[in-house]
Amino acid sequence: MGIIEKSRKKSPWIIHYDCTSCNGCDIETLACLTPMYDVERFGIVNVGNPKHADVLVVTGSVNKKNVRVLKNIYDQMPDPKAVVAVGACACTGGVFKECYNIIGGVENVLPVDVYVPGCCPRPEAIMDGIVMALEKMNEKAKVKKK
Amino acid sequence: MTSILNLQNIITIIVAIVAAPIIGGFLSGVDRIISARMQNRYGPPILQPFYDFFKLLGKERITVNQTQMVYVLGHLFFSIVCIVMLVLKQDLLMIIFVLAFSSVSLIMGAMSVRSPYSKIGAQRELIQMMAYEPVLLLMVVGIYMTNKSFMISSIFENDRPLLFTLPLVFLTFIYVLTIKLRKSPFDFSTSHHGHQELIKGLTTEFSGPQLAIIELTHWYDLVLLLSLISLFFAKPIWVGIIIALVCYFLEMLIDNISARITWKLMLKLTWVIGIGAAMTNIIWLYLK
Repeated sequence: MGIIEKSRKKSPWIIHYDCTSCNGCDIETLACLTPMYDVERFGIVNVGNPKHADVLVVTGSVNKKNVRVLKNIYDQMPDPKAVVAVGACACTGGVFKECYNIIGGVENVLPVDVYVPGCCPRPEAIMDGIVMALEKMNEKAKVKKK
Repeated sequence: MTSILNLQNIITIIVAIVAAPIIGGFLSGVDRIISARMQNRYGPPILQPFYDFFKLLGKERITVNQTQMVYVLGHLFFSIVCIVMLVLKQDLLMIIFVLAFSSVSLIMGAMSVRSPYSKIGAQRELIQMMAYEPVLLLMVVGIYMTNKSFMISSIFENDRPLLFTLPLVFLTFIYVLTIKLRKSPFDFSTSHHGHQELIKGLTTEFSGPQLAIIELTHWYDLVLLLSLISLFFAKPIWVGIIIALVCYFLEMLIDNISARITWKLMLKLTWVIGIGAAMTNIIWLYLK
């Protein structure tokens, strides 16, 4: 494993986008940054800037208004990148699935790498999901090189 | 020229260029750990800045326009020139001017894109420069009045540490260091912490390898500024290095206990207190 592949696993910078979440998953995502869980142990930083980010963490189901914003954020992120869908709504659309304005889960719009189920998922599960996404990110980078 | 470019000096230059970013990277790693401990967190591993650096090097190259990379490389180049001049014990006044060139390159890079966040960050960085440049120049003037020379080598020839003649200038320099390192309360152009009002300010539009180069330059600058502190205690130099590290710890402490202030307040404070204190010291030297 080269030094860049190793560094990639040690330093995931995340950007968190709230589609139409009820804020339950957002609170759990932000709880990861607090002293109780402290994701900076794994080098995870919440950067808030798509151009610096490696992992896009999406909470909530996608609707017709915010699909443009979500795609825009994803397109601005430099490769290699990963998408983590956090919570039942982001995975499948959840209880909002049948609503007239809902497109569904994030998978209908972007290539999702990791699904973190739960309503809402625990911070441990979210951290686990992000760490799993890093493995896939290295695989993606390899495929792209070939 | 032959006297400057002999074999010993060339080796010194190479060692400085290689060692400075390594020391700077470790210092920022220590900074992140100590900041985390102050916030009751565990913190990242000490090699974290290097992991970030190499990860950024491996990212896709996205440039907003053709000239952006030139400015970023200029930022790095002028900082390296500063370090080289420092280890060769050259003109201190020139080092301050070249350091200003380095900052201006970054500002022009941030100005060359259309993003309003980047532009506002660049304008705030310009205001920061406007605040600290006079203080840095006054520091050089004070050193000249003590040693009757701008050369760093003359500081090493003088047996009396500069601190005894320039105490107020030293204090203002530590104050200015907070602005120069973009630490809180003066971190309004860009910040290492979450920076929501301007996204990432100055560095918003730089991504991947460009951001890695900016980070590398930051390590060079860190080493340069800490070496300038240690010049105040140039004999023996290890006392200077210890004092510089203590000052760096003080910066971390200030970073963690203070909130961001507005640029207007910073400008007033720096110009009134900073320039006032430095001028008092210089007038005292003149009258003595």
